[in-house]
Amino acid sequence: MEEKVKEIIAEQLGLELEEIKLDSRFVEDLGADSLDLVDLVMKLEDEFEVSIDDEKASNLRTVKDALNFIEKLSRAV
Amino acid sequence: MRRRAVVTGLGVISPVGNNVDDFWNNIVSGVSGIDWVKAFESDGYPSRVAGEVKNFDPTAYMDRKEARRTSRFIQFAVASSGDAVADSRLSEDLLRSEKVAVIYGVGMGGMDFLEAQHCVLLEKGPQRVSPFMIPMSIPNMAAGTLAVKYGCTGKNLTIVTACAASTNAIGEAMKMIRNGEADLVISGGSESTVTPLSFAGFGSMTALSKSPPEKASRPFDKNRDGFVIAEGSATLIIEELEHAKKRNAPIYAEILGYGTSDDATHITAPDTNGRGAIASMRSALEDADIEAGMVDYINAHGTSTPLNDVVETRAIKTVFGKETPPSISSTKSMHGHALGAAGAIEAVATILAMNNGWVPPTINYETPDPECDLNYTPNKAIKKSINYALSNSFGFGGHNATLIFRNFAE
Repeated sequence: MEEKVKEIIAEQLGLELEEIKLDSRFVEDLGADSLDLVDLVMKLEDEFEVSIDDEKASNLRTVKDALNFIEKLSRAV
Repeated sequence: MRRRAVVTGLGVISPVGNNVDDFWNNIVSGVSGIDWVKAFESDGYPSRVAGEVKNFDPTAYMDRKEARRTSRFIQFAVASSGDAVADSRLSEDLLRSEKVAVIYGVGMGGMDFLEAQHCVLLEKGPQRVSPFMIPMSIPNMAAGTLAVKYGCTGKNLTIVTACAASTNAIGEAMKMIRNGEADLVISGGSESTVTPLSFAGFGSMTALSKSPPEKASRPFDKNRDGFVIAEGSATLIIEELEHAKKRNAPIYAEILGYGTSDDATHITAPDTNGRGAIASMRSALEDADIEAGMVDYINAHGTSTPLNDVVETRAIKTVFGKETPPSISSTKSMHGHALGAAGAIEAVATILAMNNGWVPPTINYETPDPECDLNYTPNKAIKKSINYALSNSFGFGGHNATLIFRNFAE
């Protein structure tokens, strides 16, 4: 799952896969803006068939945050 | 002394070439860029031909992320402006100024993305509509993106006068140079409407040609049956003459006159006597302070619709009066009708015609129409010294715009 999440992030933000680290911060390190983050959350939701509410989505600051969140949601299903 | 506006850089993305050299070589050789629609499955559509831009890779002009966040008409604008800025040898520092404006013409905007997102809305619901739906659709986002790219903090406007949009944009840019509001303007137009809804809409208006590609765009021919939707972009760097000279910029032409008017008769059909077109050409000639008889070449709006071509012919005859009108051509016979980008693409064609001393042809001209009886430069380019050239653009809404260019002389 980690690899897949990183792939989606790289694709969405136009970056190379190697640039995506677990502790990378979306805004500060990966250059994402608020529109990118909304778009990214939608793609993650589609890919993993989960639903992330807006408030929780705004707390996702790093790649690790996103990964942990999706893993938790996936297990819940 | 009046400030003078000159053109110091050109860039073009078109169905007949994605750079100025290819564009000109094809235009002067009478090569058509019209083919069957490739962008979508066009079975069942009234018209199935288009002037599409070929082999366009946005990542040749921007990084992958920007390419994802911009729709096709914005990408075309970034591409043509990048070429124009390079051609004009402009430095980044010079562009980062309040005296640099962006005045662009767009007819529709990002219909391709808008249509796709509307499908998402219907199929998956409002929560799945892209956050880029608005910024990739609104027509002003070509000009907005160029401001961000180049750091131009001056006036930034998008003119949306349908098929006259980019001729209006260039004219307004020239006025801004004259009145001192800007020293340099990135101007032109962009459009990408080879989409199902656009084809259905224009098709329902019976405005589009139903002919096969090789004969679809045939302005002024008796058997013309509608226009051919095209896409593309052209950018002109428009600069105050002394500003251009000071930095030894290449100078391609002077923009000598601009006229614009509205028919005020019908939402889509031109006034049958061409009164708006006449007013537009006359005010451009007056603004340029030249007589009609001095014009050596007219790049006509010439859409290949039954109505436009006869009305434009009547209007030209009225404006020229006793004088014989000069060589006329419609380069839309080759690149099709790129709507809001058409005027800018044709401004580039007109300037290149002057610089090279060739009148580009009107191709597919076979059968003379008694109501269109001027010299449309049928099928083959002719060698001719062109000092003054006039370019017309007319749009739904009754909009008319005319530019007059002079081959640059001190």
